[in-house]
Amino acid sequence: MSTPRRIHDIAHARAGDKGNTSNISVWAYNPADYPLLKQQLTAERIRRAFPGLFTGGVTRYEMDHLYGLNFVLLDALEGGVNTSLNLDSHGKSFSYLILGLPIDE
Amino acid sequence: MSETIRLGCGAGFSSDRLGPAVDLAQRGALDYLVFECIGERTMAFGHRDRMLDPSRGYNPQLGARLRAVLGHCRANGTRIVTNMGVANPRAAAALAISIARELGLDGLKVACIEGDDVGGLVDADTAFMDHPGTVGDVGLRMVGANVYLGIDALLPALEAGADVVIAGRIADPALFLAPLAHRFGWAPDDWTALGRGTLAGHLMECGMQITGGYFADPGFKDVPRLADCGFPIAEVGADGGFVVTKLDDTGGCVTPATVKEQLLYEVHDPTSYLTPDVTADFSRVGIERVGHDRVRVTGASGRARPEKLKVTVGFDGGFLGEGGVSYAGPNARARAELAADVVRQRLTRRNGFGGDLRVDLVGLNSLHATAQVPAGASEDIRLRVAVRSTERDDVDFMLWEVESLLCCGPAGGGGYRGQVTPCVVTHSTLIARDLVRPTFEMFAA
Repeated sequence: MSTPRRIHDIAHARAGDKGNTSNISVWAYNPADYPLLKQQLTAERIRRAFPGLFTGGVTRYEMDHLYGLNFVLLDALEGGVNTSLNLDSHGKSFSYLILGLPIDE
Repeated sequence: MSETIRLGCGAGFSSDRLGPAVDLAQRGALDYLVFECIGERTMAFGHRDRMLDPSRGYNPQLGARLRAVLGHCRANGTRIVTNMGVANPRAAAALAISIARELGLDGLKVACIEGDDVGGLVDADTAFMDHPGTVGDVGLRMVGANVYLGIDALLPALEAGADVVIAGRIADPALFLAPLAHRFGWAPDDWTALGRGTLAGHLMECGMQITGGYFADPGFKDVPRLADCGFPIAEVGADGGFVVTKLDDTGGCVTPATVKEQLLYEVHDPTSYLTPDVTADFSRVGIERVGHDRVRVTGASGRARPEKLKVTVGFDGGFLGEGGVSYAGPNARARAELAADVVRQRLTRRNGFGGDLRVDLVGLNSLHATAQVPAGASEDIRLRVAVRSTERDDVDFMLWEVESLLCCGPAGGGGYRGQVTPCVVTHSTLIARDLVRPTFEMFAA
């Protein structure tokens, strides 16, 4: 059995923070993979994948013409950059948390 | 042929590099060089610095940056716009004047922008927009409150011929939008042009995040000569369309992928990016490679600006202490977990310990600790203990406990380090636009 592909194999991402809200944009390298990306990365899947971390709502915005998705995660930063005790208090590394999700094929 | 204006970004955050900014000042053929150096944290730290010493409170690198670029900018006709004044634009302007005199730049005009400090308009009953409760409910000492000013705060200084404009809390994209609106005479309600110029500012304001910084992922997204990455240049036309590029012989890259990642950086709904100047719409933006390290960006638009302005309120958050000890080799994970358990027991048992406590095992579950614990057995694990408290005693006690693990904890622990840093807490509120009155004053070297 081969190792399952991960989102990282088909997409790149960047995370940003504003207060206690994180946003993560995810972009398909190849337009042909965008439908798969869109099917795999639903707001519901991200909320379910990390219930201990993303306790607030997750909203997905679609940028179809650029083959990208933008996830906005409320209450995701343990209070935000100034109150989180996480080493990564900005949640910068969340981009790679999403990219680490397996592709269900 | 239509006129274009060349904007460079010389800093995208308070501790950004200096060399690439000097490079742009020297040979970027820029009309404007913008330094964006404030975040929510740095704003609050500026207020703290100013409380400790009334002559401080501006960006600590202001002097080094201006000394390095002012001469080049003067020689090349490049004007500087910056928020490096942070919590003390007046002192920053005075420093700029003294550096200009040192460098023999007679007559250099430095404008100081004020009016963002709205501490006097915030009281205990002020309610937050991003957090339940009021300023009084936070229970911490307020250090300052700053409103995000827009281009209306900067335009009078540009019109008066300032060579250097030094402000505090200006909305980041407005630092770039103001020179465009000034040069092209955009009306304050030309929402389309303001939306496009805001996109240019939004893409530029994080410096190298659009030229290959914060992008490289070896084997997936390779970036040439990352160590020598250049800062970005935007060539903007009168209609607000623009090309993002960088100096030819610098490292890094400008590609549709670097532009896309920055397009939605810290953006929520792409149809509604709120600034004091416009509600910008990035949802139908076109991104096209038009040459090597040249990407054309078109199609942004805008709607009427928000009625209210955002204010960041900063509080003194006390102290953050972080201490750590490492465990490596056979059974490292079990020994580190035991060390964590010992520290937790001893801190929570202490009378009156009041700090917020977090314990991580770096190498096992730190950054994504609350998300997942991987199954792999790392044999190089660092215990990290963090405590935040308004009481310095809590923090010092924790560091002592962690250091004591060297002799009193599990076998083979080593490499203790501990540090204490001051903390700030920030929350946001909204304020009526007509309560905000930006002003400027011009000084000449």
